[in-house]
Amino acid sequence: MNALMPILVLSTSLVPAIAIFFVAEEQQRLRTAINLAGALCKLALVAVMLGGVAWGATYETRVPLLPGLDFLLRVDALALLFITLSAFLWLLTTIYAISYLGDGPHLSRFFGFFSLCVAATTGIALSGTLITFFMFYELLTLSTWPLVVHLGDKASMAAGRKYLAYTLAGSAALLLGMVWLESLSGPIEFAVANDIAKLDQTSLRVIFFLLIAGLGVKTALLPLHSWLPAAMVAPAPVSALLHAVAVVKAGAFGIVRIIYDVYGIALVNELSVGLPLAVLASITIVYGSLRALQQTEIKRRLAYSTVSQVSYIVLGASIFGPFATIGGLVHIVHQGLMKITLFFCAGAWSERLHVYKIDQLNGVGRLMPWTGVAFSIGALGMIGLPPIAGFVSKWYLGIGGIQAGQPWVVAVLLTSSLLNAAYFLPLLYRAWFLPPTIAAEPGRERKPWLIAPAVITAAASLGVGVLAGLAFSPLGWATLIVERGYGP
Amino acid sequence: MSLESDLLAPGIPWVVYAIAIPLVAALAAIVLGMRAARLALPAAAAACVAALLVVAQVYAHGTLEYAIGGWSPPLGIKLRIDGLSASFLVCTAIVVSAIAVYSRPLFGSGDARETRAGFAFWPLLFFAWAALNVLFSSADLFNLYVALELLTLSAVAMVALDGKADSLVAAMRYLLFALFGSLAYLLGVALLYGAHGALDMQLLRAAAGEDGVTLAAGALITAGLMAKTALFPLHAWLPPAHAGAPAPASALLSALVVKGSFYLIVRLWFDVLPMAGTVAVTQLFGAFGAAGIVIGSWLALRQARLKMIVAYSTVAQLGYLFLMFPLAGGAVGAQPWAASAWTGGIYHALAHAPAKAALFLAAGVMMKAVGHDRLSGLVGIARDMPLAAFAFGLGAVSLMGLPPSGGFTAKYLLLTAALASGQWWWAAAMIVGGLLAAAYLFRVLNRFLQEPDDPPMREPAPRGPQVVALVLAGISILMGLLSHFPYHLLQIGRSVAAAEGLS
Repeated sequence: MNALMPILVLSTSLVPAIAIFFVAEEQQRLRTAINLAGALCKLALVAVMLGGVAWGATYETRVPLLPGLDFLLRVDALALLFITLSAFLWLLTTIYAISYLGDGPHLSRFFGFFSLCVAATTGIALSGTLITFFMFYELLTLSTWPLVVHLGDKASMAAGRKYLAYTLAGSAALLLGMVWLESLSGPIEFAVANDIAKLDQTSLRVIFFLLIAGLGVKTALLPLHSWLPAAMVAPAPVSALLHAVAVVKAGAFGIVRIIYDVYGIALVNELSVGLPLAVLASITIVYGSLRALQQTEIKRRLAYSTVSQVSYIVLGASIFGPFATIGGLVHIVHQGLMKITLFFCAGAWSERLHVYKIDQLNGVGRLMPWTGVAFSIGALGMIGLPPIAGFVSKWYLGIGGIQAGQPWVVAVLLTSSLLNAAYFLPLLYRAWFLPPTIAAEPGRERKPWLIAPAVITAAASLGVGVLAGLAFSPLGWATLIVERGYGP
Repeated sequence: MSLESDLLAPGIPWVVYAIAIPLVAALAAIVLGMRAARLALPAAAAACVAALLVVAQVYAHGTLEYAIGGWSPPLGIKLRIDGLSASFLVCTAIVVSAIAVYSRPLFGSGDARETRAGFAFWPLLFFAWAALNVLFSSADLFNLYVALELLTLSAVAMVALDGKADSLVAAMRYLLFALFGSLAYLLGVALLYGAHGALDMQLLRAAAGEDGVTLAAGALITAGLMAKTALFPLHAWLPPAHAGAPAPASALLSALVVKGSFYLIVRLWFDVLPMAGTVAVTQLFGAFGAAGIVIGSWLALRQARLKMIVAYSTVAQLGYLFLMFPLAGGAVGAQPWAASAWTGGIYHALAHAPAKAALFLAAGVMMKAVGHDRLSGLVGIARDMPLAAFAFGLGAVSLMGLPPSGGFTAKYLLLTAALASGQWWWAAAMIVGGLLAAAYLFRVLNRFLQEPDDPPMREPAPRGPQVVALVLAGISILMGLLSHFPYHLLQIGRSVAAAEGLS
């Protein structure tokens, strides 16, 4: 059973993906049923595994590809952190997408690739060897592209080209780094100690640079970030998925794996490549916030906010110390919950009120109160207001910085929080305190499946902050990961 | 004795059946004329079974040898089947069978039966298949020459099948290149026979030294085979010929026919004249390969017609095959990474076959619906024929070398060997080639997904041919996930002596 579990959890997304491709366009109920069945099965399996892993079980599926080179799916605590997030948000995003897209064109194609995208994310989380990781990482690139170009118009195709140009160049760097490393040391497996410290230090540094550059594209690290705001032309559920679960998180998760499971934080420290990465992440954090401030479109502002927020994870991972690591890991979940809330709300506004720009936001809080409250919770959390999730991440990152003897991290966090406030508070002010400028009729929120997901994720962002002290909260789980050998 | 061990006993010459069934089918197709299409599927199924039995036999017993008529070389002719032969036999069986299924409605019914194409297609397909099977299992250089000629002539005729002026010009050019290749090959073989009095590969390997005649013969044979494989700079005939032929013929030519002559080059340099592979020679091979990758991909990027893009892609993909020579050939053959490089090169040739066939077959479906294959006409075609578009996409993944696919596994093996051996320039060529492939293939896929401004009315495409293309594309993907078995099959009787496994 333990050998079957990773395959099962992967198939809960992969099988629906393949099945949906063959569902006729007009069979909406069947498509919805397959989607939701997959998502619910996945949540059930995740619940079982959470219990198992907490008590020390491991689940492993190994298929040999070439002599010495294995396709390995393995559930460890870190994998489960990511899978739980993606399983939960997949369910909500699917519900949201069904309502958002209504009976638009090419829905079987859309939901097929949507599920494939989630399957790839699950595979990335489960990967136990570097080659397995690379396989799913590329599957993610390929399955996301049809979603980005879903509308098929000129702007979408251009965004799709940009997305591919960035991500495929990133893949080439990642592939080169991986093959170079494995040609020196043999195939890399995450869970076992990889004896690469004896290799030539210069090579190791160059390989580290290649790997991070390859992963940095999806993470939207400066200067590899500009595909992300461009990809905003995609439908709102796609943006939500890209920004909260799938693409940027896959990159950040990969960086965590490279630092902790391929090199080891001690070796990263010894090669002194951690500090430059932390500095780059900090620059990205501030730069992303500054650019967000300049945007006039809601979705583009949120996009630059993602550029900034995802680098918190990289910052936490690259600083040498347990608290910073916990802060980075927990932000994988926290940023996902808050950012998806914001995108759900932005999508609901554009769908129900045709509001796209910030200066159209006047009074929408009163027109759509549930959405307004959800958005406010997400935005305040991003700023770092206690007790919402974002505060917990920032607190741990700050303490981690001081612990590691890098007090400038606190300055970066404070600057970023001020900037966050500067670009989110005007939105809240307009939404709640200015009179509506658009003619509004009641019943704007009478499409419950478009509104409920945002309310649920907003409640969750609040909940994981308030209940952070529990063992099964994201913070408790991140602490468990660090206790099990992620710390220095 | 169980049924299984009875069936797979090394004494049963299943390989002779694998050769004889397509040969008999080809002759029968001539006799049957317009009714030949009915014979196609049973014959293909039978030949497939024979090829699979050969694989099982090799897996169970190792390299097999049969002396035809009981006469051993140097008097008689020998068939020798190792893992390499068996892999190509089964790859051919799968791709040709798929082409046969795809072609039945095209060349087997209605008006098509009355045309020259409908009459000639089936004998040519089965002759080519028989020739390929001889090629992959014979150990005698002259016997190989006969197979090579049969293959070339069927292939040239297939290019000319529709009888249009363009196709005839392309076929003529192909014929000239191929005849030059045959002459050079034959001359080389004659020189070898004169110097060593043998045509059997193993006898020649024992007899041949580093004398001038042997090396000159090797060079002649290689040049001839390179012309037939369309290795850069002898590639000019390939794109018009492969793009001009009817889709199933294009699939056969690009997926398999060029691999036949490539296979012989591998046999020559690894089995017959391993000592001739000096650093200069193998690096030259690599340079031709790398140039083919870059120039072929660049030209593919500049084409306006779908089938021309796919055909230039073949020029580029064939380039990868020749990177195995600097990484595994000659003096470096004893290095630990040579094993991965050799397997990677062969795996690339095998994985390219179903992927490229899928692309041509999908292109054929689209061309039939649209009436032409200019890219501008293909906008939004994913809506009308999603299966064909999906098949094209999956095949493209393998050609780009993205995981999971056979193309990726091959590239991984070649890349590891290139970096482990310090020959980083070949790794660079492969990475650049992968990016260029992504550029020219996504250029096509972009059109498929784009929404047309005014949706054209297209006749609905039949599902059957699309499914065939999808199955082939699926095989090229599965080759990346289930690489364990083919990897071990290829090691059976492998001539490069090196430690197994990745360094």
